[in-house]
Amino acid sequence: MATDTIVGIDLGTTNSLVAYMQGDSPVVIPGEDGLNLVPSVVALDEKNQIVVGNAARKYLIETPERAVYSVKRLMGRGVEDIQEELKLFPFQLADDLQSGEVIRIKLGEKTFTPPEVSAFILRQLKRNAERFFGAAVTQAVITVPAYFNDAQRQATKDAGRIAGLNVLRLVNEPTAASLAYGLDKKKHGIVVVYDLGGGTFDISILKLHDGIFEVIATNGDTHLGGDDIDNLLIAIALDDIRGEFGLGFENEVRRSGEAVARIRQAVIEAKIALSSQPAAKLDVDLPGGKRYQREISLEVFEQMIQPIIDRTVGPCKQALKDANLKPEQIDEVVLVGGSTRIPKVRRLVQDLFQRVPHTDLNPDEVVALGAAVQANILGGGSDITKEMLLLDVTPLSLGIEVAGGVTDKIILRNSTVPASATQYYTTQVDGQTNVAIHVLQGERELARDCRSLARFDLKGIPPMPAGMPRVEVKFLIDANGILRVSAREQRSGKEAEIDVQPTYGLTDEQVENMLLESFDYAEEDFRQRQVIEARREADTILTALAKAKKNPAWQELTSEERSKVETLENALVTVKDGDDYHAIRGGIDALNEATMRLAELMMDMAVSTALKGKAMNDTDLEEGPKAGHPVAKAEFK
Amino acid sequence: MRAVHFCNSCGKVQPPVPVDYFAFFGFPRKLNLDTAALEKEFYALSRRLHPDLFAQANPEERAFSLEQSSMLNDAYRTLKDPIKRTEYLLRLEGVELEEQSKQATEKARATGELKKQVVPPDLLEEVFELNMHLEELRMQKKMGEDDPALLEEIGKAKLSLEEKYDALFNELRTEWNNWDKFVDNGTEADRRKILDRMLDVLNRRNYVRNLVRDVNEALED
Repeated sequence: MATDTIVGIDLGTTNSLVAYMQGDSPVVIPGEDGLNLVPSVVALDEKNQIVVGNAARKYLIETPERAVYSVKRLMGRGVEDIQEELKLFPFQLADDLQSGEVIRIKLGEKTFTPPEVSAFILRQLKRNAERFFGAAVTQAVITVPAYFNDAQRQATKDAGRIAGLNVLRLVNEPTAASLAYGLDKKKHGIVVVYDLGGGTFDISILKLHDGIFEVIATNGDTHLGGDDIDNLLIAIALDDIRGEFGLGFENEVRRSGEAVARIRQAVIEAKIALSSQPAAKLDVDLPGGKRYQREISLEVFEQMIQPIIDRTVGPCKQALKDANLKPEQIDEVVLVGGSTRIPKVRRLVQDLFQRVPHTDLNPDEVVALGAAVQANILGGGSDITKEMLLLDVTPLSLGIEVAGGVTDKIILRNSTVPASATQYYTTQVDGQTNVAIHVLQGERELARDCRSLARFDLKGIPPMPAGMPRVEVKFLIDANGILRVSAREQRSGKEAEIDVQPTYGLTDEQVENMLLESFDYAEEDFRQRQVIEARREADTILTALAKAKKNPAWQELTSEERSKVETLENALVTVKDGDDYHAIRGGIDALNEATMRLAELMMDMAVSTALKGKAMNDTDLEEGPKAGHPVAKAEFK
Repeated sequence: MRAVHFCNSCGKVQPPVPVDYFAFFGFPRKLNLDTAALEKEFYALSRRLHPDLFAQANPEERAFSLEQSSMLNDAYRTLKDPIKRTEYLLRLEGVELEEQSKQATEKARATGELKKQVVPPDLLEEVFELNMHLEELRMQKKMGEDDPALLEEIGKAKLSLEEKYDALFNELRTEWNNWDKFVDNGTEADRRKILDRMLDVLNRRNYVRNLVRDVNEALED
């Protein structure tokens, strides 16, 4: 039984997947419907229960006000950042949203933050994996776009926690893809990963060297992907509808969530068809028995999407420049993300890097497969992964605001993570005990043009004359790309207290509450979890009993006692694979009680053996806790 | 001399000790550095210190690994780049760097303050002439005019600056050799002199770099 398997999760804008390492190769775990892809759609059904994935898709059309898609676009963002999104996507924000608060989306009468909605998707994937393994899954690696900033990464980690997952690592999607891609071949050289997904675009340039995957440069756009093509086609369709039926009717269509959802579905189907056909037909039923029909030729389609896919060129060129490389120095190009199925995108990549890109791995699955590889590495590795190591970079420069509203960059973009920088602060007024620090992320010169990450308030500085305190603040970006800050006043040696006000994030307390609340929407989850845990406990006690039967103490029991234990043992074996929690629980408790005397006898024997001078190891008792390893002081030679 | 990152008897990762970046890699404090050896050492240490290897370890070891590997990355990033390496050594030797840097220039621009710039004497005439040409170019662009002769003039000046830029790097290398020779057996005064000269080369080099950038921007605008 594969207990404690760490799974790899691709939490995508359009689709999400969960995968694990089966022997030497990563495999995607299918859902109950047998499908690998779980659409990243969440809906609230008639009974106010959460529905996720394929089952939720019908609600997008039937009750669009009770369903949400592409929520990844909202992760780690504030209301003022998403004005563009609100024009293009049918996101419905909560009515009572305060400024500075984490966004909440309406689903029917309820409201959820983006991390909560993402957690519903993660929970579904977790459930799929648990069903597959027949055991609890509690640890995961989750992928994020390489160009995600600190707040977006933190929001993804929060989503994991709300879903009851310990997120061991956030891995950048293009880097994960390179892991899956480089697994079976000992590769050397410079590899470019071009990742155009549903909502995000990333470009990463890696150097492969004896199993080390070193990212040299990364760039991207976290709001560019297949969604943008869909929205453009919808806008064109609405234009057509106005031309054909008039402005009044167009407005009627716009107001109808259902009609827009139908148009959206039709343009997505047309877009997909155009990857393999010279033309595609749109045919949509509209309100009032009207009908919208149009044929789009491949040529027209390619003209329409040109401006969108051209937006990937700038990041590609910048990444090459940052890596200090010319296109001819690139050895291989790998395509990732569903939107790279578009022939026009493939031609663009080929022209940019002067290489025919690899398309041998399924662009929808390769990121999840790579996440599974990284999960395996974090779990201690296997023969095939033990030489593999990922060295990733931070996509954006980290800065702090200094006098005049200017950003002082302290960790530059494309620095290998973990990376750190130390800054010193002092006071401006006698007796001042607080210092405020504003941390930013981005490449622009002025603080107001960068992304505000958080405001730190250093507290508890001992009162001294102005300019005397010397507060050392260490900024550290960890392997997940998430910032950690610590501070110390050097003259007093006192750890300064730091109050963090994340600009667009949830507090720990909020995350904990959400974790508890999430059970309300998933009673089924909770029951299943209980069953899985009880089953594991039953396995443990049955294994221990099998071992104890070989102990001389077993023979010390009366034959009645022995037969009672064996009856209860058989009973537990029978019920443990069922789904009845109470039956399993009862079986465990009964067997525990019946074996009490056996345990006592074993203990007595072990003690007397020890007194006779035999080592404890010769008995069947488990070893006691190992002594902690003394940490030797580092030294100089 | 080399910092010890692991326990001698059991090989477990240790908390980092405050050492300089050269010592972190076990290199002498010299500026001519074998970058291939540095990269090899970086990969070897990454294979032992990276947090990925400690995902299942106890919190204390995880914290040590995080600190050690961030220091490894910071050190590698600084030492592999010849200019960053030189600037780092200067700071290590107590030399305050004149902020002739790109960042200082950007800051000055953003706040609208004029940045104090000391023009290297040997460049005075050239810079004066170049600035006149650039001013002229901006005027012409505003008027929508086009003067091929002026563009050629500016192009020539740019080429000359780029040559100077490369020459300054060679000058810096000469000082590296001096430093490496004197670091172990020279007098304190010898070393100070070399450090001062390196600082001077760096400042001039930054100045030229900013000029080249100004020219490029004027041409692109």
